[in-house]
Amino acid sequence: MRTGLFVTCLVDLMRPAIGFAALKLLEQAGCEVAVPATQTCCGQPGYNAGDNAAARELAIKLALEFADCDYVVVPSGSCAGMIRVHYPRLFPDDSEPARRVRALAARTYELTDFLVNIAKIQTLPGYYRGRLSYHDSCSGLRELGVKQQPRALLARLPDVELKEMEQCETCCGFGGTFAVKFGAVSTQMADNKCRRIHASGANAVVAGDLGCLLNIEGRLRRIGDAATRVLHIAEVLAGEQGKVPCE
Amino acid sequence: MRVAALNFKRKAQQSLRNARLQSALGKIQVRFVQARAEAIAGLDDFAAVKRRATEIRENVLANLDAWLERFEQEATRRGAVVHWAETAADANRIVIEIARAAHVKKVVKSKSMVSEECALNDALEAAGVQVVETDLGEYILQLAHEAPSHIVAPVLHKTKDEVSDLFAQKHALPRKTGIAELCREARDILRPHFVSADMGISGGNFLIAETGSVLLVTNEGNGRMATTLPRVHVAITGIEKVVPTLEDATTLVRILPRSATGQDITNYVSVLTGVKNSDESDGPEQFHIILLDNGRSALLGTPLQSMLRCIRCGACMNHCPVYQNVGGHAYGWVYPGPMGSVLTPLFAGLADTLPLPNASTLCGACAEVCPVSIPLPDLLRELRHRQSEQDLRPRLERLSLRLWVWLALRPRWYARATSLASRVLHGLGGAKRRLRWLPGAGGWTDGRDFPAPAGSTFRALYRARKIP
Ligand code: SF4
Repeated sequence: MRTGLFVTCLVDLMRPAIGFAALKLLEQAGCEVAVPATQTCCGQPGYNAGDNAAARELAIKLALEFADCDYVVVPSGSCAGMIRVHYPRLFPDDSEPARRVRALAARTYELTDFLVNIAKIQTLPGYYRGRLSYHDSCSGLRELGVKQQPRALLARLPDVELKEMEQCETCCGFGGTFAVKFGAVSTQMADNKCRRIHASGANAVVAGDLGCLLNIEGRLRRIGDAATRVLHIAEVLAGEQGKVPCE
Repeated sequence: MRVAALNFKRKAQQSLRNARLQSALGKIQVRFVQARAEAIAGLDDFAAVKRRATEIRENVLANLDAWLERFEQEATRRGAVVHWAETAADANRIVIEIARAAHVKKVVKSKSMVSEECALNDALEAAGVQVVETDLGEYILQLAHEAPSHIVAPVLHKTKDEVSDLFAQKHALPRKTGIAELCREARDILRPHFVSADMGISGGNFLIAETGSVLLVTNEGNGRMATTLPRVHVAITGIEKVVPTLEDATTLVRILPRSATGQDITNYVSVLTGVKNSDESDGPEQFHIILLDNGRSALLGTPLQSMLRCIRCGACMNHCPVYQNVGGHAYGWVYPGPMGSVLTPLFAGLADTLPLPNASTLCGACAEVCPVSIPLPDLLRELRHRQSEQDLRPRLERLSLRLWVWLALRPRWYARATSLASRVLHGLGGAKRRLRWLPGAGGWTDGRDFPAPAGSTFRALYRARKIP
């Protein structure tokens, strides 16, 4: 089962550890993993800014890069949603590139969804000890139905205690360029999220999208919380971050 | 009401700093979000009703002209007069003509967002007609000279204390603090107006084609009085509100109050048909129905047509995390929240409403709760696309986007650029691994630190790992 890993532009640039964690999980699940060296961005920034032409160009590029993969796995709900749900809308016609892009969309999965439902991973390489709260990132949740998958995986880590926060499905305020364009509104949304994380009694917050994590971490640190850990689900499951007991 | 959407950002920031408003907005969670969740859970098969409601609305839109003609025929047959208004100004002119012809001096109004859309009160007052809003929320706003901030709960932005102060000042009566007392005071003042008014103006939640009726859902009973006591009744609503049958209307009524306020049904559901017959004691002598287009028909057959399904329940704004934090006034016109961010640009033009389609994280909470399945994030994205096509986005944004795409299509340059960015930002991040300030990204760093990158990109590390 040849599985392509699309690390996403944000992980590539900001936090490579998530990419390696995803790689480790896929290998553990028995996949033969390909990481095309020329991959860059799925085009979501362009698409959400109304530049559909730019998004289309990047979609065609991505479809070529992963043409020989049976599956494409993405450690991000919003990028996976972009490929799975939005690419087909950008390519409704019957041309050759359109067919290729739609085929790519049909075999693209968000990481935890893939691990649980396709690869059916048996043992997780990671170990984590502590109280985690899971934030449901919007696109993964609403476009791809990622809800139980990460929780099912976390439940297999014996020393993880899941402390659900209130309104775990409410947007953290990231929204791509929204976070900069409407900084004050975005900050207040992040602040609401931080309050709920604190109220949950967890000492780490976990999510499946780096964008949300940067936003939440940025706000936590600014309000003086240097202790609450902010982790990608892949990091927890793969153990890249959690080897050392943190309490 | 003038459209003032261009300064969304500034007004949103003011809203965030307004402690009173913030405390008023705190009510949304319990009063609307939780109430809706409970009401929906109480329905046997919400998904099925929602599917049916969506179907009803979509089918009507597929043949809107035919259903409107049928409605006109049936309404006319029962003694009502149907007027077609292409623009808001036309609607106002028609109302004023009716008022003049019937020697109307005073109008009582029940809540109508379409009349807000037309700024009808201003037009009537300019024509020398006294207007009294009788919905409690709208009455409060009329006293305070403020605009509604929510389509269902127009006075959501005010706290009870503010209303106490307002009443004490405007009514010149001792200040009351209990909700029941405040309501009674308003009722005592409003009652005589119903009796002395010459005309009642209402909106219309649905127009029923098979009977030519206007269906109204209200909670305070003022709607029923405003539509039956005065000798002239004018109902003003949008052309998209028509549904084929009473049966269809009841399906929608099952879902509208539940989505709006979490009620299984509103206190009053009025089906207003025709004028008072000679053998009847209640009802108006004249019944005028004004059907407003104001840009609606232009949406038919476009990617935005689904917006016309809207039944104005307000669920999308109640569940919108942006609306929940900034309230309705920031949006600058009659319709706030996600549905407003779609409608306002369509009614007022893209150029005068630039921030609205962008003032959303596209989180999808709105589409999830919309009882007629309007894909609001897709519509917002479509408007962003139109802004981009018409070169309405700021230059800097367009340039940076183009640079990003240029790089993303050229992996070697992309690798160099991201490597450099990672190294530089990592350096700036220092031991704490975060930046407190980032040039050009003040929107982020004013309220948040920026976590620093690791110093090397994934692609660089991956390559190094593979070549031992
Ligand atoms: S868009 Fe949907 S949720 Fe919003 S007011 Fe209209 S019907 Fe209600």
